[in-house]
Amino acid sequence: MLRGMFTTLKALFEKPVTIQYPEQKRPVRVRYRGRHELKRYDNGLEKCIGCALCAAACPADAIFVEAAENTDDERYSPGERYASTYEINMLRCIFCGFCEDACPTEAIVLEHDYELAYTDRASAIFTKDKLIVKVPMGGSPTPQKTEPGLYTRSVPEMKDPVD
Amino acid sequence: MEKRVNLTIDGRAVSVPAGMNIVDAAKTVGITIPVFCHHPKLKPVGMCRLCLVDIGRPQVDRATGAAVLNEDGTPKIAFGPKLETACTTPVSEGMVVWGATEKVMAARKDILEFLLTSHPLDCPVCDKGGECPLQNQTMEFGSADSRFLLDEKSHAKKHFSLGELITLDRERCIQCARCVRFEDQIAGDPVIGFYNRGRKLEIATYSEPGFDSIFSGNTTDICPVGALTTNDFRFGARAWEMKHKPSVCNQCPVGCNITYDVRREAKSNGKTVIKRIMPRQNEEVNEIWICDKGRFTYAYAESPERLTQPLVRKNDELVPVSWDEALQTASEKLQAAGKSVYALVSGRLSLEDLYAVKTLTNQVKGKISLYANMGGGEWVTRVGMTPGSDLSKLEKGSTILVFGSDLHEEAPIWWLRVKQAAERGVTLVNASARKTRLDLFASFNLTYAYGEEEKAVRELFEASSDAAKAVSGAANLVVFMGSDGMGQAQTTALAGLIAEGLVKTSHFGKPNNGLIPVWQTANEQGAYELGILPDETMADGISATMALYVAGADPAAENPTLREAMQKAGCIIVQDLFLTETAKMADVVLPTQAIMERDGTMVSGERRAQKFGAAVPAARNTKADFEITSVLLEKLGGEKLPANAEELYTLLAKKESNFKTVSFKALSETHEQSPLMGRNEVYYGGTGYANDFGLGVTLPLVTGENGMPRKTLMPDVVKPTRNQRLALPVTHLYDQSKAVHASLLKDRIANTLSLHPEDAEALKAENGALVTLKFGNAEYEQKVTVSSDQPKGTLLVTRNCGLPVWQPEAVEIVVNTPTTERGAL
Repeated sequence: MLRGMFTTLKALFEKPVTIQYPEQKRPVRVRYRGRHELKRYDNGLEKCIGCALCAAACPADAIFVEAAENTDDERYSPGERYASTYEINMLRCIFCGFCEDACPTEAIVLEHDYELAYTDRASAIFTKDKLIVKVPMGGSPTPQKTEPGLYTRSVPEMKDPVD
Repeated sequence: MEKRVNLTIDGRAVSVPAGMNIVDAAKTVGITIPVFCHHPKLKPVGMCRLCLVDIGRPQVDRATGAAVLNEDGTPKIAFGPKLETACTTPVSEGMVVWGATEKVMAARKDILEFLLTSHPLDCPVCDKGGECPLQNQTMEFGSADSRFLLDEKSHAKKHFSLGELITLDRERCIQCARCVRFEDQIAGDPVIGFYNRGRKLEIATYSEPGFDSIFSGNTTDICPVGALTTNDFRFGARAWEMKHKPSVCNQCPVGCNITYDVRREAKSNGKTVIKRIMPRQNEEVNEIWICDKGRFTYAYAESPERLTQPLVRKNDELVPVSWDEALQTASEKLQAAGKSVYALVSGRLSLEDLYAVKTLTNQVKGKISLYANMGGGEWVTRVGMTPGSDLSKLEKGSTILVFGSDLHEEAPIWWLRVKQAAERGVTLVNASARKTRLDLFASFNLTYAYGEEEKAVRELFEASSDAAKAVSGAANLVVFMGSDGMGQAQTTALAGLIAEGLVKTSHFGKPNNGLIPVWQTANEQGAYELGILPDETMADGISATMALYVAGADPAAENPTLREAMQKAGCIIVQDLFLTETAKMADVVLPTQAIMERDGTMVSGERRAQKFGAAVPAARNTKADFEITSVLLEKLGGEKLPANAEELYTLLAKKESNFKTVSFKALSETHEQSPLMGRNEVYYGGTGYANDFGLGVTLPLVTGENGMPRKTLMPDVVKPTRNQRLALPVTHLYDQSKAVHASLLKDRIANTLSLHPEDAEALKAENGALVTLKFGNAEYEQKVTVSSDQPKGTLLVTRNCGLPVWQPEAVEIVVNTPTTERGAL
């Protein structure tokens, strides 16, 4: 029994394993797959071109995309096509990251947010305005009015991802 | 017996008809030789070079002409030093083809690499992605990476409009010329072509408005890349996201087989909507083509003007009520009218709808009449097309007579097939009162004066002119009968006259012989097959009835006489999609469903019964026509009709003698068609769909004694007085109907009125002048065009364009705009 008490006493002086969530948060790994974000280019244009390859790759059928055509007066993304509707049903999502792999423009990224709780099924569907990141410094929000002939390519030149 | 040729492809013995090319021959045994420019419906050109194969032919001793043999006795095969194109090389006896050797595979890989040097990386945003032959063949035969630099790709205009319907992406074009060849060889509209050469080669349109062809949508199907896309589908959905719902087009009596591609859409609040219409292969009806009217008119079903509530007249106003109340009111009115019930149905309804209305009128012992501006279908049931008929099987020695119809405007796919037949050597006799597009392809062009159709028909079947000899002496004779400038009385007589002629020359009752009526609605022939005929005393019948029951027709807008009669009717019950002129006069209005929202069957002008299926959920609070009629029938104490179209058709087939031998199952039967098309063959023919829904069945002819017309006489048309002109109804493809108005075609709607230049000069009316037409007490204001294609003294009036020219009428024309002020047209 003494030995048992000693173990307890020893634990009293050790650094606690538990943390005070939600005040305290443990950092996640770099490659952690949390909630999706739709990225923007530095100038504020959306990276997503509405190709729906993420929806095709999704094994849980959680993504729904509808596309529309860009014009120079109302430009959301480079090229001709952008996503007019983009929805992810987080209840369905299994966070496998296939959508990230399928994306030809690196628009969808599974980031580090894991605090996903909902009070009903409808609020589990994340629409485009929830998923898309803020306009970066120096960029302007979409839709933008752009010069004709400036953004003709949908798929940018990219290097292989390093991380 | 056709000559057959034996050859070896990839070590397999193949026996095919002489004249076939190697690509098609390989296809018959399931060997794939990839192609881009070759299309089984087009003449080969050998432009893309993808089909290169190694071809060897038996060596022949030049001196003796005998085959050179190897030591073991087999014929010695001489291979060419270079690869040859399989699509331009016809098969020959003893030929040996190697289609998968290292040399061939290397050549394919190189060709694909060259094609891709200038092809943009658009697959993620391209509408063709997922059903693209270039994508598929690159995956199958191409190289994984390119040795060319991305920066050096040549860039061209990405969004180049070829008119309201088609957009061209010049970067994606691989210069196969399928679209150019289709328009030239098949559609007969050489309005697009190549411009420049080499890398700078691009597709350009030469017409005004751009890409002025009524078959333009087909080029987007056969385009092997995403260069040509339709404007209404552009970025609408990815190919794999859509469900394919087979159906039949209801825009004209041809009955083209189509597929609705549907998808749920957030923009439409999660409703399933039609994203595009694609052709479905039926070699005996529409092959793999559909016209632009069939392809682009589907948005009307989504129109906010659709009726979504039953309406009942209370205190002289139509107010929305529940279905129960509306049906109760309607049935009470029908009950009260009893024997005097008068039902008016049109060919817009399916067989099931027509049968239900017929049963209802039988129940109350009332009358039923077909509302149509053409007549004579009763003769078509006796001398029409028979099982086994196929216009594409007509060969030299046979004759096609087109009488009083501008097929190009009235039934585009029939025009296409008649044109092809004429090019195959079939004698084409085109009898018309004005110039039409068919004149170019006809062996004999006969012009008669409007009103003298009887004389023209008699001469064709009785006289000894060359044209008449071609008609009466034909091995097979097919007659297309139209209603150009004719009303119901005239066309009924015309059908009788032609039927008499067909009987006299015994061109009926055998395959590929008989009369094809060019009806104005899709299922008009179906009504005749059910024994529903137009009532000659329709106006009297309507004015005498206590309850007029109108389904799928709008007589108030089209026929002033009937409108007057309707005002005298006791009460009017109308079933329609929209609040039409007729519905506005009604006491009870019942909202129905559009063709894409329900099931049913139709009979085409060629007497082919075909089924169609629902593609999208029905608009809220609507019922199919037969469902409404069934409820009314039950309320009137009649039998309970089956609740779905299939069972109702089965009942109908049991009761109606013309359908006895045609079961619903038979309508669903398919067989292998040539050329092979469809989803597994995308690299071959484009994105048309294979047919697994049913090819339809041609109804057997009605036989029996004393059923043939005798000594038919055509009623005279009105004689215009000195200051009047003869107004004649004609059909244009893009009319003012709701279906066209709600589609992309709205900018191409035909002009309503047209005058001969001499008449225009006499009236001092310039092209585009605003004129007022006076007939009876009514006046109508319209723009007029001037055209020398029509005879002097006539005013051609487009049907479905708001003018009640139901039959030839005498009208007075007053010009509103002075000649000095030029019209805006």
